[in-house]
Amino acid sequence: MASLITEASLRSRISEFLAAHDPASAGRLAFLRARFDAGLAWVHFPEGLGGLGAGRALQPVVDEAFAAAGAPDNRPGRIGIGLGMAAPTVLAHGTPEQRARWLRPLWTGEEVWCQLFSEPGAGSDLAGLGTRARRDGDDWVLDGQKVWTSMAHVARWAILLARHDPSLPKHAGLTYFVLDMTAPGVEVRPLRQLTGEAEFNEVYLTGVRIPDEHRLGEVGEGWKVAQTTLMNERVSIGGGALPREGGMIGVLAKAWRDNPARRTPGLHDTVMRLWVRAEAARLTGLRVRQQLAAGAPGPDGSAVKLSFATLNQQISAAELDLLGDEGLRRDSWAMGRPEEVDFTGRDPGYRYLRAKGNSIEGGTSEVLRNIIAERVLGLPAEPRVDTRVPWKDLPR
Amino acid sequence: MSDELLESADERELRSGVREMLSAECPWQSVLAFVSGGGDAFDPKLWRTVATGMGLAGLLVPEAQGGSGAQWRAAAVVVEELGRAVAPVPYLSSAVVATTALGLGEEPSLLGRLASGELTAALAVPYGLWSAPRLLPVSAGVVNGTVRGVADALGAGLLLVPCEDGLYAVDGAAARRTRVMSLDETRPLCDLEFTAAPARLVASLSAVPCALRVAATLMAAEQVGLASWCLDTTVAHLRSRLQFGRPVGSFQALKHRLADLWVELTQARSVVAYAVADLASGGDDASVAASLAKIVGSEVAVRAAEECVQMHGGIGFTWEHPAHLYLKRAKATSVAYGSPDRHRARLATLVDLPLEAS
Ligand SMILES: Cc1cc2nc3c(=O)[nH]c(=O)nc-3n(C[C@H](O)[C@H](O)[C@H](O)COP(=O)(O)OP(=O)(O)OC[C@H]3O[C@@H](n4cnc5c(N)ncnc54)[C@H](O)[C@@H]3O)c2cc1C
Repeated sequence: MASLITEASLRSRISEFLAAHDPASAGRLAFLRARFDAGLAWVHFPEGLGGLGAGRALQPVVDEAFAAAGAPDNRPGRIGIGLGMAAPTVLAHGTPEQRARWLRPLWTGEEVWCQLFSEPGAGSDLAGLGTRARRDGDDWVLDGQKVWTSMAHVARWAILLARHDPSLPKHAGLTYFVLDMTAPGVEVRPLRQLTGEAEFNEVYLTGVRIPDEHRLGEVGEGWKVAQTTLMNERVSIGGGALPREGGMIGVLAKAWRDNPARRTPGLHDTVMRLWVRAEAARLTGLRVRQQLAAGAPGPDGSAVKLSFATLNQQISAAELDLLGDEGLRRDSWAMGRPEEVDFTGRDPGYRYLRAKGNSIEGGTSEVLRNIIAERVLGLPAEPRVDTRVPWKDLPR
Repeated sequence: MSDELLESADERELRSGVREMLSAECPWQSVLAFVSGGGDAFDPKLWRTVATGMGLAGLLVPEAQGGSGAQWRAAAVVVEELGRAVAPVPYLSSAVVATTALGLGEEPSLLGRLASGELTAALAVPYGLWSAPRLLPVSAGVVNGTVRGVADALGAGLLLVPCEDGLYAVDGAAARRTRVMSLDETRPLCDLEFTAAPARLVASLSAVPCALRVAATLMAAEQVGLASWCLDTTVAHLRSRLQFGRPVGSFQALKHRLADLWVELTQARSVVAYAVADLASGGDDASVAASLAKIVGSEVAVRAAEECVQMHGGIGFTWEHPAHLYLKRAKATSVAYGSPDRHRARLATLVDLPLEAS
């Protein structure tokens, strides 16, 4: 079906909206809710769910117009997991009631989401997870432990993958839920990371009840639903639109310009190689977004996350090399509890350390290479011993 | 929009037309026969098909002169496909580089002959040139001197020679041309010697840096073509070659290297698309984009060709397998029009990241 929304008609909707809702006086939340209800939140979402069923390519038109009008935004840095992963999954697999309940407060930022996938025994091998979901009347009862859960300490909802039947092979025994983080039996403990702070957590689930209407997709379809989440996660990490020298490379370029006395030929070569790689990655991101807007998402998205991780690590390491002992000074080792993930902020030491997580979170770089080799290039999978046996019989 | 990086439907159609023609007229066996024969300047039959049959020699010539009018993106598609086939024809040197240089002067009749494909031309500079050329002395309408290692000049009817006060045209036959035995025999090099050769002023010297910028950008398109053949061919081999009772392509040591290569190729494709789009829209950022493209194009082409040889094992080291044609072309193109290192040095100045404090 061809979309009826043109850029011109969208612009006139935006001006009408802004005429009726003055960004300066309307109050932040009231303004965001009204923007959602007018279909001007994510324009490619359906009508009634914050969108207009328009082409994705039109989203920048909206975002730029609202920014230019000085309108409050939904602080996307705080709700990255909701926007980037939960929302597309709820949209693709949710019932009409589920979409209506969750998407509006997710987008306005009233409700923060987190992702309860990884467990101590199941990271890369996510399908091996053991958190149990037992049916009890109209509810499910959950027991288990999740780990490395970013932002669980501020989250109201979680997307969660659990095992409803251990006698089935690992992928077949999974079901996908949305968990109320305020439910009895949910315990969130800070997990300090090598940067000193605790952006992520351990989450213990003990006899936690989830109503069946908070199940996403069919019983046993958890793996399929999780694919939607994971695909979106990879595009959302490192996939943002940036100008030349945006992101980590801008920090290094500035350090180079500001420190003529510290320059050496070897570092110069490193800086130029990284500048070129960063620009190539940026232009690839641009092309991937054009493919997405044209409605033909290519596989190039997986290239974006992989190179984002490598580059952030190499660039932040080069910054420390350039700055010498001045670069070793940190602002704090205190165990902060950040409410936003920040890759390029604070001090050079923080940047260097935080970047180490980029090749682990959202699928390790090794796992991404497997995915590219098998799904993009069509190379054969490794022989596997774990996919046909009942989950309960696997070595652990 | 100037930075539209996706291929249009017309461009896709052109690509498949050129690829289909090349698979019929330029299989690797005929390229191997060409280099094994040694001696020809290019494959004349293939050139007639590309230039005249498909009418592609005139893509960058204005319509008034019998061409199709500066279709940069289309020319890049053609160059990439010719690279994929390591085709021994002077398309890049003549229909792109020399045509660009000549197009900046006032030479409608010569451009018309280039567009028809009946004439080929070469810019008489060393293949590796990336900055200002050495200028030959000219007086009373004759030029003297030598230029070493010029690409595709052996069969060129016309040589464009940078001289002290401008770019001059010299008849190909008026130069003494000595073929050089080169690493890449699919694009022959020769040394030129001019002894009182009659020369005619055709453009100002500013045409040379302009042509070199175009050369670097479009060479990167060729390199993307070379690399994509190497990747596709290697993947196909790894899927079918069995060792230890399984396809060697299921070994992770190889899979991860090819995944990285694919990422690098994906990026090179995006950079080249950007650089060519920039030429098409008038080139605000042309110098930065050309250097970027030449760096990433050279690196991915050489890496892809080297991986192709390694992952084919013993068969990849034989003369009878096409991998070496790509390895030689890739390495030679990486040196051509400035190696990655030279372009990084240039970029450092262009983007204000100099080594020396100013
Ligand atoms: C900063 C940060 C934030 C995170 N946030 C969240 C979150 O919000 N929610 C959540 O659910 N999870 C989160 N994670 C967890 C993350 O998804 C996992 O850590 C990751 O998937 C790796 O799993 P693992 O830690 O168990 O490592 P393992 O899977 O044990 O991996 C160990 C090593 O083995 C390699 N390896 C594993 N399998 C293969 C294979 N088949 N081939 C080759 N190499 C392999 C890995 O690449 C790695 O190098 C976060 C992690 C970090 C670092």
